[in-house]
Formats: sequence, structure tokens, C-alpha cells
Amino acid sequence: MAVANRRIVRWGAFALALAAPIVLGQGSAVDEIAKYRAALQDGNPAELWEVRGEGIWKAPVGPGKASLEKCDLGLGPGVVKGAYAAMPRYFADADKVMDLETRLVWCRVKLQGMSEADAKKNPFGGPNNKSDMEALVAFVTSESRGARMNVSIDHPKEREAYRIGEKIFYFRGGPHDFGCVTCHGEDGKRIRLQDLPNLTTKEGAQKAYTTWPAYRVSQGELRSFQWRLNDCFRQQRFPELVFTSDASIALTMYLARNANGAPFDAPAIKR
Amino acid sequence: MNRGFIAVALAGLGAATLLVGCATGPSDAEISAKTTSMMKASFNARGQAKLDRLDQDDAQKTCTEYSGKPLPTEVAQRIEKENLASITWPADGKYLGSWQNGEKIAQEGRGMQYSDDPASPSGANCYACHQLAPQELSYGTIGPSLYQFAKLRGYGVEIQKYAYGKVFNSEAYNACTTMPRFGHSKILTEQQVKDVVALLMDPASPVNK
Repeated sequence: MAVANRRIVRWGAFALALAAPIVLGQGSAVDEIAKYRAALQDGNPAELWEVRGEGIWKAPVGPGKASLEKCDLGLGPGVVKGAYAAMPRYFADADKVMDLETRLVWCRVKLQGMSEADAKKNPFGGPNNKSDMEALVAFVTSESRGARMNVSIDHPKEREAYRIGEKIFYFRGGPHDFGCVTCHGEDGKRIRLQDLPNLTTKEGAQKAYTTWPAYRVSQGELRSFQWRLNDCFRQQRFPELVFTSDASIALTMYLARNANGAPFDAPAIKR
Repeated sequence: MNRGFIAVALAGLGAATLLVGCATGPSDAEISAKTTSMMKASFNARGQAKLDRLDQDDAQKTCTEYSGKPLPTEVAQRIEKENLASITWPADGKYLGSWQNGEKIAQEGRGMQYSDDPASPSGANCYACHQLAPQELSYGTIGPSLYQFAKLRGYGVEIQKYAYGKVFNSEAYNACTTMPRFGHSKILTEQQVKDVVALLMDPASPVNK
């Protein structure tokens, strides 16, 4: 409770920082945006999602009045610390490679007796619509802050997911001929004034992957990695990426594995 | 002695087989086939974005195949030839529309996403990737700067035709470019293509100031 209060006070200070005007002068627009981004780092409302997610994680629900505290995220039942830094991974009980969101759905079904449809409902929040899933993601990922990315491709299914994820990354289609690689295949590029990470390099993948999920100032929402992929494909003019679909897991595997070695540093805060 | 040697040799062979098995796994073609079927199962049609958007034409398929690798000259030439031949040139022979409309189209980012209204005209979002008019500071750098496009290249009809063709079907001039084929893929109408070309080519356009 005290922790939550302290977090909310810090969030108030953050709101004041946001009120500072942004002046876009000739030639200095990029510098000004860098300053704006630095100012954002002062406080991160993602903490509100983390606190709420922890509450959901510990709340006994469903027919068995079970919490998620026995959920095995890969390091054993109930071990949350550092678990996200080694996901996606192969889970023998499901005989499947799962990312965090897929595993959370699995635990809600297996431990709490929720239907799969209910567990997948409302994956992304919006105005007047809080997503339990995004809160859970905020909590679990925050418990990996500082842990080094260590995603395995030793299991044949992990290796296969990685290879398929790589193919998806380079897949060009739709009316605009876009693929992930269109915007994320070269160093030092930007779309409008937004810097684009080059996800084909280790450094670029590390910097990008370790800073998701993130609180998006422009949306007032904490966004999960499933959301990030979903919205990238929307802008690619593709149909809608299905939440926790195999393609979403494979692509996450490709990007997470490429980020290996870097300290995880999220939930972050982004424009 | 002999039996021992054979046992060691067999163990070695076993280890080698295991290693090869680990190193190769499914072939690249098998992974590609799995990718295609996995993608079909992982997307839902929504709004104007139907599942047929995952079906690749020859250029998309070939450019995916060579993405991140050098594109062989003969493959590049084939793609460019096919795309050049498919361009619909304006029936009235005029390449330039209104640069003022072109500027609006260049600024507009909406169009063809499932979240967009299919009844509204699409934008080209040129500024997402290119510098154009110097007044607009918020431009991207995925494509080259087009500031002073015609001032540097000339205002003649051949350059007009090139600009029209490039906006209509970029693959005709630069195989596997990151730039969309705005006319070919019916993102823009013929008139909209002309308007964008005017933004690049009209001496009165801010691009050429």
C-alpha cells in the first residue's frame, strides 16, 4: 500500500513534467524530442499497471478459487523473478513454445478454470476499459528488470519458432508491399521524427526488445509486446494479428532471442 | 581390439549423425512452407484488410526471398521489366495535377489500414519517409530527400514521366525498393498520382523553392 502511494506521488510529478512545452525549431527538432524523452524518464505510470497486475496475480478467482501464484513461467511454479527474460520458451506440459501472454492464458485456464475465450478476452486496454492481461504483463515483466535476456533455442520447437519468426520478419505483402524489414532493416532511419530500431542487428534488437512493454504517453496505456506486434501489422496494412497466435509467438521468439545478453529494462516509457 | 575399434567408430558415427541432425533440422523450404500456413492461421480478416493480403505476387515473393541478401542482377531486371510493362500511363498524356492537393496527399497517413474508412481517399504519407517541402520539419529518412526534386533534375516531360512512373510503380525502377507501388496497388487514383507528381515537378511547388 505504502509502495503504491509513493508510486502515485511520483506519477503526479511526472504529469507536471509533461506540461513543459515542446518547441520544434529548425534543425533542432530531433534534439528537442531527445530532451522530451529524457524528461519522460523521471517517472513512469507503468508502475500503476504493475501494482494492479500484482493484485490480479495474487487474487483467488474461478471455480477453484485459485490465484496465479502457482503459475509456472518456466522457472518453476510461482517463480516470477527473471522468468520473462527467458521467454518465449518451450513448455513440456503444453508441448508448445509460448510467450508470456500465451502462458498467462494457459495458467488462467489450467489453474483458475477460466474458459480460453474468457482468458483471451480484452487483451489490450483502451479508454474506460482496463485490460487485466496488460496489467499482468506489467507485473511479470517488471520482475525481470535488470535480468539479462537469456532465450534458448536449444529445443527443436524453440529453434523452429525462431526460424519461422525470422521468415515472418522478412515477409513482404499487402497493398503497400511492407514487411517488418521495411522499417526495421537499416541503421539510423526514422519515420517522420520517430527513430526506428534496426532489428536485424544485435544492438538494435537488444535496445528495442528490452524496452517493451512500455507506457505509451500518446495513448495513456501500458502496452504489451503482443500489442506492439498487433499494431505494427495494422500499419503494415495486414489483416489483424490474432492475440497469442503462433505467428505472434514465433516473431517474438526471433526478436527476443536476438536481444540475448542485454539487461531487460521494462516496463519502459515511450512517446 | 577390433570390436573395440568398431564400437568407437560406431559411436563416432552416431554422434556425427546427431550433430548433422541438430545443425540442419527442417530444410529452409520446409520452414518457408510452415511460415506460410502459420501466417494464414494467425491473422483475421478485419475491415478492408482481408486475408488475401497475405497472398504474395511475384515481386513480393521474390523480394521476401532475397530480403537481407544481395539481389541478383537478372532477378532485379526481371522484376523491373514486368512492373514497368504493367504501368497505366495517363490517357491524356498529362503527368501533373495540383501540387496543393499533392501536399495534402503527402501529409496524409491514413489509407488501407483495417482501422481506416475505406470510403475515404487514401493518403500516400510521403513525409513518413521523405523530406519534401522545407516547411515540413517532421519528415522521415527511410527514402532519400526529395527537396528540390525538379530544380535539381529539370522540369522536362521525361522527368515528369519518370516521376509519374516511380510513384505509380516504384518496382519498375528499383527492384525490391521499400517504397509502395501507389498506382499499381490502387492505393492512389490516377488523379492523386498526378497531384503527387505536381508536388515534385511543378516550378511553383514549395518542393522546388
